[in-house]
Amino acid sequence: MSTTIQREVELPAAPGGLAHELRATAMVWRREMIRFRRDRTRVFAMLLQPLLFLFVMGTGLSSVVSVSSEVDFRTFLFPGVLAMSVLFSAAFAGISLVWDREFGFLREMLVAPVSKTSIILGKCLGGATTATLQTTILLALAGLVGVPYDLGLLLSLLGLLFLGALMLTALGVLLSARIKQIQSAMPASQLIITPMMFLSGALFPLANLPGWLSVLTKVNPLTYVVQPMRSVVFDHLDVPASARAALDPAITWAGWEVPVVLQVLIAVTCTVGLIAAGIAIFNRTD
Amino acid sequence: MVNQAVHVRGLEKSYGDVRAVGGIDLDVAEGEMFGFLGPNGAGKSTAIKILCTITDATAGTAVVAGHDVRTERAEVRRNIGVVFQESTLDAYLTAEQNLRFHGELYGLPRRLLRERMDEVLELVGLTDRRHDPVLKFSGGMRRRLEIGRGLLHAPRVLFLDEPTIGLDPQTRASIWEYIALLRQRQDITIFVTTHYMDEAEHCDRIAIMNRGEIVVTDTPDALKSSVGADRVRVRTEDDPAAIAVLRERFGLDAAIHDGMVTFAVADGAQFVPRLFGELGIGIDTVTVTRPSLDDVFMAYTGRTMGDTEKGDGASALARMMMAGRR
Repeated sequence: MSTTIQREVELPAAPGGLAHELRATAMVWRREMIRFRRDRTRVFAMLLQPLLFLFVMGTGLSSVVSVSSEVDFRTFLFPGVLAMSVLFSAAFAGISLVWDREFGFLREMLVAPVSKTSIILGKCLGGATTATLQTTILLALAGLVGVPYDLGLLLSLLGLLFLGALMLTALGVLLSARIKQIQSAMPASQLIITPMMFLSGALFPLANLPGWLSVLTKVNPLTYVVQPMRSVVFDHLDVPASARAALDPAITWAGWEVPVVLQVLIAVTCTVGLIAAGIAIFNRTD
Repeated sequence: MVNQAVHVRGLEKSYGDVRAVGGIDLDVAEGEMFGFLGPNGAGKSTAIKILCTITDATAGTAVVAGHDVRTERAEVRRNIGVVFQESTLDAYLTAEQNLRFHGELYGLPRRLLRERMDEVLELVGLTDRRHDPVLKFSGGMRRRLEIGRGLLHAPRVLFLDEPTIGLDPQTRASIWEYIALLRQRQDITIFVTTHYMDEAEHCDRIAIMNRGEIVVTDTPDALKSSVGADRVRVRTEDDPAAIAVLRERFGLDAAIHDGMVTFAVADGAQFVPRLFGELGIGIDTVTVTRPSLDDVFMAYTGRTMGDTEKGDGASALARMMMAGRR
């Protein structure tokens, strides 16, 4: 092996252009994966809360909540708990940019000859992937709460989970542009994410709500991830229409039933908007 | 401009009313090791940040490695390596993963990346630790890894912002050994900032910075001889009288500094016997020191490096040092 570094071994000019930007995005994504693999504690700690919600709260409440005798309350809860799990992991992954800034690594990324867009995209995709992977463990428990192991269903759920994860990672990234102190990162994200989670219908059906609450749930972008997840699950259950109407009510805008496809489209639009906002804000600061 | 690594004219940076960098001019030749010397807050880091395209200047121009820092940002970045004052490693990744991250972001061709990783790890002596997470590294090892990483994409100019800050003296010395080794092997321009006088002596040329301005630029030797004089410190039975005699009889401008009568004179060793013979006031102790960069700094800024961190002062001595130089 040569031990001298000569200027004569002139490096080819860096490629630049799209291929180079994509490589940067892929590398930022890979870093999230490496860190995820290293951090088993986080994986298990983040799983505990949804498990408690599903099996402890779900079981405890199922005797009181008698919305329908045909459907197990935990079956109803399942998609909501999946969403909840992915939500917190993803937001945490996004907000971790505050740590990257504090420990200097953000500067290493920002001083490289690539656009901030590629870096923020890699961060969002990486956070969304790790959050989705983590929730896959929960997804495997479907059978325990009466949700069938149907390939189409599982893939749809995974897709929607990834969409929700991307939305929340982008939100976390957006927050991290404003939050400079690591001490305030967690409280600030909880402050925004907890209401979003409650207002998405993850834990209760969005039926017969008082007007103010109904409006809040409809302006919450997360609703358009959680409700399609529940609809997909109910599509694969054999339940009477009345039970479905009670547990999986359609989202209506002034009486008009919003089709599931449109719901997903709204979620996609919001996600793209949040990522764009995150990129814009990082382009202006840091 | 062909042989210039850094070319700066009228560079300014203000944060509101605060002028961090106040219109500096600078030329660094290719292959040179150039140092910014100055106390904390002198504007060194801000100037470096502008040269590395992290911060925009308020006014002025800067060309680094042949590219304008304002209009050819990506080109500048591709041609410089930067080691910041604070660590910018991901401690959860291994040494090699940190390097690979860097190589991918700088768009190094994959095969070349492998080669370069081996080379820089060898240069900074971390080959056998390449698979260890940085978390397990000592401060000195982290610094070395950062220097290696800064070199990975074969930059033409390497910026080192306080490369030895926070390290113990032994580790500091070893970092400078690695930098010397690097210069031996590779024709690279190194731009370093430091507030350690002894470290500035490693440079080919130094610019002394004070309050956002470059006070003087020259080689360490030239700077020292420009101060010219040796520094003599005496304790006498009657200091004010001694100062008066020094002025009248020897034409020397002396002042009391740190409780000693202090003055500058061309050849201290020869002067001492005359002093004993002709002063006429009892002398308790005498010390003679050759000028150091500390003296240079004080001569040009009116402050010692220590003073500037505490506040102002020592201007009398500075005036005196200036009087001693021709």
